[in-house]
Amino acid sequence: MSKFKKNSKKESPGINTSSLPDIVFMLLFFFMVATKMRDPKVLVTTAVPIVSEVEKVEKKSWVNYILVGPPRDPAVAGTAPRIQLDDKFADVADVQQYIILKRNEHPEAIRDYLTTSIKSDRSVKMGLIQDIKQELRQVNALKVLYSASGGEVHEH
Amino acid sequence: MADIAFLLLVFFLVTTTMDTDKGLRVKLPPYPDFTNPPPKTEQYERNVLEVLVNSNDQLLVENQLMSIEGLTKLTKDHLTNEGRNPKLAESSLKAIVSLKNDRGTSYERYLEVYNELMRAYNEVRNEYALAKYGRPYNDLPGNGESAKDVKTKYPMKISEAEPVSYGEGG
Repeated sequence: MSKFKKNSKKESPGINTSSLPDIVFMLLFFFMVATKMRDPKVLVTTAVPIVSEVEKVEKKSWVNYILVGPPRDPAVAGTAPRIQLDDKFADVADVQQYIILKRNEHPEAIRDYLTTSIKSDRSVKMGLIQDIKQELRQVNALKVLYSASGGEVHEH
Repeated sequence: MADIAFLLLVFFLVTTTMDTDKGLRVKLPPYPDFTNPPPKTEQYERNVLEVLVNSNDQLLVENQLMSIEGLTKLTKDHLTNEGRNPKLAESSLKAIVSLKNDRGTSYERYLEVYNELMRAYNEVRNEYALAKYGRPYNDLPGNGESAKDVKTKYPMKISEAEPVSYGEGG
């Protein structure tokens, strides 16, 4: 058994690292695929209407969202359409405060460019939307985007 | 192997889109100053195209029941009338579209109507830009003279009435 003795005297060979990049890339892809963008908690259903003349927002961080629609969990919040600001249910009266808060997060120079996106379910009645619009006008948040998905409404 | 990995990486980088928000962009009128009301301007009735949507989502244009299919056409006629038809606008500069809705109108219907009005403006602007500058409006250089000209020729004046509450829910 002189063979084994010979080997044990030698230094152990270094670990083969040629597959290391593969492992790193595998991890990278795993996280890329598995990671979701921060998904805000959505409490209301917002099936937005389809319109043809859609425009995109220029800058995502300059947009504040107001979600309107029937609650997802009717057992807790009922079936009447509600307003959602950030992660909570809110009333029409809270809209002004919300806009002012959001506005203060931005430097003065760009405050005029802030857009409010009203993401509303198609079933919502205009009365509620009108109330929100009035609130927005009162805090001078006049740039509004009626959120909708692009598409053809009807054949011409 | 690394090549394949990079290929995949680039592929995902290119194909992944952050979902950007899309929709109809509007500008609300400033909140009325009740202590210091603006002077009333006289608008000739012919310059105002009156669009009403009631709580049953029915459309009334210039006091006539109408289906939504004809709205774009009529709005375009209104904008490009230039005084020919005595019932429509005197000139594109004076043309106004007035949109009124009930509190009971559905949001979907409201946007549908708004969309038709926007479509009419966009089409009219496009046609004008094509005829004068040989390009559609959106292809004109952003802040250039030509784009400004089209915009001044067909200013988007969609006026929304101050909300009035009828009966319940006011």
